[in-house]
Parts: sequence; C-alpha cells; structure tokens
Amino acid sequence: MERAGLLKFWDSSVGKKVVMGATGLILVAFVILHMAGNLQFFAGAERFNAYSHLLQVDLIEATWILRLTLLVAVVLHITAAYQLTMRNRAARPADYVKREPQVSTYAARTLRWGGVYLLLFIPYHLMHFTIGNLHPAFARGQAYGNVVIGFENVWIGIFYLGAMAFLALHLYHGTWAMFRTLGVARPSNDPLHRRLALALAIIVPAGFSLLPLSVMLGLVR
Amino acid sequence: MRVLLHVWRQAGPGATGRLVDYEAADISPDMSFLEMLDVVNDRLTVKGEEPIAFDHDCREGICGSCGMMINGAAHGPMKLTTACQLHMRSFKDGDEIWIEPWRAKAFPVIKDLVVDRGAFDRIIQAGGFVSAPTGSAQDGNAIPIPKQNADQAMDAAACIGCGACVAACPNASASLFTAAKITHLGQLPQGQPERMKRALAMVHQMDLETFGGCTLFGECQEACPKGISIDTIAQMHRDYMLATAIRREESAIGGTG
Repeated sequence: MERAGLLKFWDSSVGKKVVMGATGLILVAFVILHMAGNLQFFAGAERFNAYSHLLQVDLIEATWILRLTLLVAVVLHITAAYQLTMRNRAARPADYVKREPQVSTYAARTLRWGGVYLLLFIPYHLMHFTIGNLHPAFARGQAYGNVVIGFENVWIGIFYLGAMAFLALHLYHGTWAMFRTLGVARPSNDPLHRRLALALAIIVPAGFSLLPLSVMLGLVR
Repeated sequence: MRVLLHVWRQAGPGATGRLVDYEAADISPDMSFLEMLDVVNDRLTVKGEEPIAFDHDCREGICGSCGMMINGAAHGPMKLTTACQLHMRSFKDGDEIWIEPWRAKAFPVIKDLVVDRGAFDRIIQAGGFVSAPTGSAQDGNAIPIPKQNADQAMDAAACIGCGACVAACPNASASLFTAAKITHLGQLPQGQPERMKRALAMVHQMDLETFGGCTLFGECQEACPKGISIDTIAQMHRDYMLATAIRREESAIGGTG
C-alpha cells in the first residue's frame, strides 16, 4: 500500500534532509539565545544568578516548553542524520582507490564526527550545570559560582572548548546548508560562498568559549 | 610524452577487479584523453591482450557517454570538461594517472571503465518529461517565458546525464542530476501541469535506485562538465516540499468528462 503523504516525505532522502534543516533552524536559534544569555556572566554574580532564577523559577513553564521542543528537534535531527548516513554509506559499497575532494570543506567532511562529539557533550553539559550530579560542588541557584567551580578543572574546560570547535564547524556547514535544504536560499553565481554561516560559526562558539576561558585563565573567580 | 597509467580492469559485472599498470609512451600532448587510451588499446590489441573498455560516443563533450575518474576527479583535472575533451597537455611528461570507473551501487560496473547508468534513465522515465499533444509544433514564441526562467531552464537543460555528479559525490547522490531535470522542466510553462507529480516521482525513483542523499559537499557542481549549479537542488527541495503539501490524487466528481 502507498504510504500517506507525511510518512512518504519522511521516507525520502529529500524529506529527511528537510527535517534536518528545519530542526537545525530551531537548534541554531537556540544556541544564539543561549550564548547571548550566557554573556550576562560578565555582568557579575548577581545579574547572572538573577538570569538563572528567571529561567529556572519564574519562567519554568516556558523553559519546559523550550526543553521539550529542543528534545524533539534533537531526536529528529539525529535520527535523520543517522539514517541518511547509513544510506549514503550503502550507496558506494566499493570505494575509489583514489578520490581527491575538490571543493568540499573540512567542516562538511567532519560534520558527522562533530555531531557525535556534541551528542556526548550535551548530556554531560546538562548533568554538569543543569542537574548538577556531575558537578563537584553544585549549589542550586548559584549559577555564577557553579560556572567558576565547574571550570576549575582544566580538562573539563578543554572538553568544553573542543565542543565549541565542533559547534563552529557544524554551524559553518550546517547553517549554510540549512537555507539551501529548506529551499529559501536565493540563486547565486557562487553558491558555495557563505557569509551568515561564517559569522555565526565565529560569533556563537566564541561567545560561549569566553566563559570557560575566563575561568581557566584566572580572569574571573 | 610518456605517462604511467593505473587502470581499473574488471572482466565482467560480478568479477573481481584490480588496478593494472600500463606505460603509455610516445603520446602527443595534443591527443585527447580518449585518443591516448585508443593508442594504448591499439598496442594492447597488437600484443594480443584485451583492450581497455570505456564508454564514448560523440567525443565533443555533448553526449554524456564518456566519463571516468581521472586522478581522483570525475572527468579529470579540467573544469567544465568531459573526459573526451580533456587533452594530454593537461598532464606533464612522466605523470602517473589513476583511471577508475564511476563508483556507486546504482552504477554497477559492466566491464573495466564501463558502468550501467540505466538508473538515470529510470529517473527520467519516472517524470523527466512533459506530456504534449502530437501534431505540428507550436510557434516558438507563442508562449511568453520570462528571461530569468528561460535562462535557468536552459542552464539546467545543459545536463548531459554523464553521471559525474554521482561519481564525485562522497555520498554517491544523484541529487544534482535529478534536480537539473526538475528545474529544467519546472521553470517552463510547458512543465507546470506535471510539476508536482514530477518532483514526487523523480525523487522517489532516485531513492529507489539506491543513490545516496545530498549533504551539500558541493563536489557535484565542481565535477559537472556543464556547470549545473547546486541552486537546482534548492529548487528540487522547494518543489518536493510544495508537492507533499498540496498534491492530491486525480479525481473528478462532476463537471469533467
């Protein structure tokens, strides 16, 4: 029997790719907001703890709606990515002895591995700063202190910076590809050129990295 | 000039293949790549060996028959050029050249460098056409077409179906080929009645043929001897999404006969 419209859409390689683009859009919007919110760390403990209180107490219902939206987006994004990767591998059972990539970027070629790194990073990050069970001295409501203590171990800081490096690569390819996949990119004489994706790939991970770096370099305590 | 070739030799569809070395001496830099292979094959025939099988037809870069991976790049090192229009002056005396067939599950090797590209024909059969009444041709300019649409349609129509996009794609995806056909017909008034049906059917067939999916590496656009843009892939996605949203089964309740 012929499958109904949306299931058929999900079965197709184009449909799965569109799902990746649409969920990617949600995730890109989230990391921009998350990064901007984090920068309040540099406005001092009082301001940062108040921001944490706003999200964790005053707006907790909205926070849960956001969390569930993100969870659904991440699950769909990863499921589509995994299924497409398996199909793509199967599409070339016998590989070339010699194949020279001509224009594909390092970001595009490492995207899947970066995704795996981020998949390991995100649960750790939640248990580190949100749930606190992997934090050495987690104190609820003391977001500022939690960040400072959380990054005292230099290896944890390096693990975070590694995640930001992969996030940069993910944004550099993903944000550009997203607009083309969703069919909203305007026709271009140089379709491989990217401006917005480059800006996001620099600004967002750099903004995030300021927190662990400032703690690791002893600028904040 | 003299070049050292590493050529994929495979006796038949199921046979195990391997790279075989051939030295090609006394090659003129003005020979095309295929003429160089002709010379190698002549010498193999004289020695009583099996010549290297490769596809070719027009040898002027417009038929889409030829195509092989040359030094890891589809159709070789020159941009916007098919293997038949590549000349030996693109190489240096003493160069080593790796020659392999297109690699994709959907393009099984028939022999040596010849692959079966029937999968492309089946994608076209699924919807890469317009249904037009027979009879005398309409006046060419009877239907006004905006310049931009005509340009995009003609650029996409330049696709010769050689398979370089699939060969160059790390995912062995046929997205550029399918998107070129969808864009070519979808930009023209004559292609409108079947536009939604076409997008659904061609993408579906592309998947059935076991091609991979698009991850926008951009390799296809670079390899395409006709310079088809990955903008066509965005067009394919637009048509496919719209078709999923609005396409309805054919039905007539009243008023149609």
